[in-house]
Amino acid sequence: MIPTTLATQPIASPHAHGGNSVTRTMFRVQLALVPATLYGFWLFGWPSFFLWLLTILSCLGFEALSLQMMGVKRIKATLFDGSAFLTGWLLAMTLPPWAPWWVAVLGGFIAIVIGKQVFGGVGQNVFNPAMVARVALLVSFPLPLTQWVAPLPLGTVAAPDFIHGLQIFLGNQAVPDAMASASLLGYTKTEMSRGIDLLHSLSGDHGALFSMVGTRAGSLGESASMLILGGGLYLLATGIITWHTPVAVLAGIAIPAAIGHAVDPAHYLSVSAHLLSGAAMLGAFFIATDYVTSPNTAAGQIVFGLGIGLLTWVIRSYGGYPEGMAFAVLLMNALTPVIDRFVKPRILGRDRKGKALEIPEGKGA
Amino acid sequence: MGFMNLFKSFLGNHWGVHPADHKRPAADQPVRQLPMPPRLYLMLSQHVGAPARPVVLVGQKVLKGELIAAAQGNISAPLHAPTSGVISAIGEIAAPHASGLPALAIAIDSDGEDRWIDSERPTDPYALAPADIANRVAAAGVVGLGGATFPSSVKLNLGRRSSIDTLIINGSECEPYLSCDDRLMRDRAAEIVSGIRLMLTATGAGQAKVGIEDNKPEAIAAMCEAAAKVENVSVVPVPARYPMGSDRQLIIELTGREVPSDARAADVGVIVHNVGTAYAVHNAVCFGRPLVSRLMTLNGGAAGMPGNFEVPLGTLVSDLIAFTGALKGPVAKMVMGGPMMGSVLPHAQVPVVKGTSGILLLDAEEAAASDPEACIRCGSCVKACPMGLLPLEMSARIRNDDLDGAVDLGLADCISCGCCAYVCPSHIPLVQYFYFAKGDLSARQRAQLRTESTKKLAQARQERLEREAREKAEAAARRKAERAAQAAAVDAAKQGETV
Repeated sequence: MIPTTLATQPIASPHAHGGNSVTRTMFRVQLALVPATLYGFWLFGWPSFFLWLLTILSCLGFEALSLQMMGVKRIKATLFDGSAFLTGWLLAMTLPPWAPWWVAVLGGFIAIVIGKQVFGGVGQNVFNPAMVARVALLVSFPLPLTQWVAPLPLGTVAAPDFIHGLQIFLGNQAVPDAMASASLLGYTKTEMSRGIDLLHSLSGDHGALFSMVGTRAGSLGESASMLILGGGLYLLATGIITWHTPVAVLAGIAIPAAIGHAVDPAHYLSVSAHLLSGAAMLGAFFIATDYVTSPNTAAGQIVFGLGIGLLTWVIRSYGGYPEGMAFAVLLMNALTPVIDRFVKPRILGRDRKGKALEIPEGKGA
Repeated sequence: MGFMNLFKSFLGNHWGVHPADHKRPAADQPVRQLPMPPRLYLMLSQHVGAPARPVVLVGQKVLKGELIAAAQGNISAPLHAPTSGVISAIGEIAAPHASGLPALAIAIDSDGEDRWIDSERPTDPYALAPADIANRVAAAGVVGLGGATFPSSVKLNLGRRSSIDTLIINGSECEPYLSCDDRLMRDRAAEIVSGIRLMLTATGAGQAKVGIEDNKPEAIAAMCEAAAKVENVSVVPVPARYPMGSDRQLIIELTGREVPSDARAADVGVIVHNVGTAYAVHNAVCFGRPLVSRLMTLNGGAAGMPGNFEVPLGTLVSDLIAFTGALKGPVAKMVMGGPMMGSVLPHAQVPVVKGTSGILLLDAEEAAASDPEACIRCGSCVKACPMGLLPLEMSARIRNDDLDGAVDLGLADCISCGCCAYVCPSHIPLVQYFYFAKGDLSARQRAQLRTESTKKLAQARQERLEREAREKAEAAARRKAERAAQAAAVDAAKQGETV
């Protein structure tokens, strides 16, 4: 009498859905990145836009190629669920804004093919794909990956126009020495290695290195720390992420930084310098919160976040590289399965070890 | 309390989900009485426990409320004729279950008179002894009407054997779309409170708490008014949050007590009954009326006349739909129960049973299902799970045929509430995995029991054979000895003769 079409649907309940989808989640994360990205385009001009665009296209291209080679049937749906797009976007946020085109292409290849698809695709990767690409590029090609430029906001005389920007991007034009700059972390590390401590290296006017509004050298994800923070708060407000990971990451950096700076301000940067430099904000709100590669319990996320923060501070303060967020994330990614194994939620009616609770005295049938 | 809640949510303790409830306008419609269908089909198994045993013959005339099938065993419930008429058949009909497999039922052809059998009414029902109340409830075939359909008298008797201090009456009705409990509380609050008083006596509990979700202000008002006259019955509004109506969750909310994993509510001094059950207890004890009809919701985008209906047990779903007129559109999915835990019906030719709280006729938009995608480990399911489980890890284990791994993660504690699948952005049918695994698990346990009993039988047989062989040998030896003795005696006699 009333036909039903159950053949294609799972029979089990529930027969309702909250409406969330992978695509919607990815879209919201991208929305949260928009302000910082637009600001970065304005600050670093056309080359940074080309880099952003090609990194994303490269990720999408390698994703499509991998899916094709693996014989996945739903290529289109998988390609446009936004995950590869987001990986490309996040990778672009961490690159020097004037990096040449092949960095974008190679970065996309490493992120998608080596970082994600060889593990089995979306949801299967152990390491954050964008960070795998970032670290692989940094270790393999240290020069272009540490070539920062001074901010040249669009509209200023020195800013490259579209054609000039394209030439820079394609590597036909060397970055003029006058434009070369350094990020705060890179500058202080270099000065320190020359025997100049922080009190002296930071004594002059270094507004270009360290500014709250973000007019300073660095990657797209570094300059506008405040806009990244704003995007992160949007993710918190919409429930895409919870506070556990970002707060733990920032606390993991801030606590040792505060102690170090209080003890020896000549050798340890201040808390605000740490939190607003490098990938601290981007890492805390957008990288460490990656669903796939972070623990899935609140307590686990706190352990994970503190680990990232602490390792970042240790690498920044004692390591050979000026910035350590990417390394810290990868190291903690490797620990995620271990954390998930040991940190589990308490099951209702059981204790933390999984043993059933005792039946209270005097009761019981 | 507000601060504690804030603190809890800060710590990430926000189990459950907040689905759109879709309860109105159906909940605001007055209850309509379904005209008696020409034929009713009473499933022999419509409660937890052993199926009822028919005590009528085909062709026999019965009155409304007459016993037609008796309870079998300790956990079972009897069946009564929902109307007067003739038993026309005892045979198989499609069960209201996703499989649509046939099960035994008694068919009654209505004679149109709907004449009640004479029943005994106690002069003062509230003065009855606890055991007497439980017996009357048992005889009336009352089962848990929230959907669990556990025989109510068994739970009432349980109360007298263990020390129950609190009776919880579940009026939360957390499933979206359903509003029969809401309607019942609005219209028959005094009767429900009467049932609660009887259950307090039967269980020996000192107080009763009625938990009602705060999205039902009319029901809360009506119940408060009715309960005001009774001192040890209090109405407690609880936050509207699915699955608030799950007993473990409601017990925590109302008493702060946590039921141990492998224990029952009674083990922490609590017993939970549904408001519909309280109403049925009132009818059974005060009027001697058995459970022969129930209030149920018809709802969903395709339903022609959404609302609540008083339906005789055994009514075909198709009869109910026919009564409500033309459908608003094609039915994409027909569900018995709520959308979160209800089961899909294979077709409408299945009878209403005691546990039927509603029939949902979902349209294409409501029933839309997306293809499952890969798990992105977002942890939404972990946050939503009211039992503190890791649904994503459990389903991954089940996918890889690692049933033991899933059990170690707490599969047995899963209450199949569906929160995880409801929030999953990848549309993974998590509950389907858990049902599958639980089925596999119980099949495995059954197989193990069978192996053990086979082993025991084989061992017994071996012992018996050995014993028989031994006895045979002994008997043979005895006979031989006797023969030898006889022969010796004969020889001796012969010798005697010779001598």
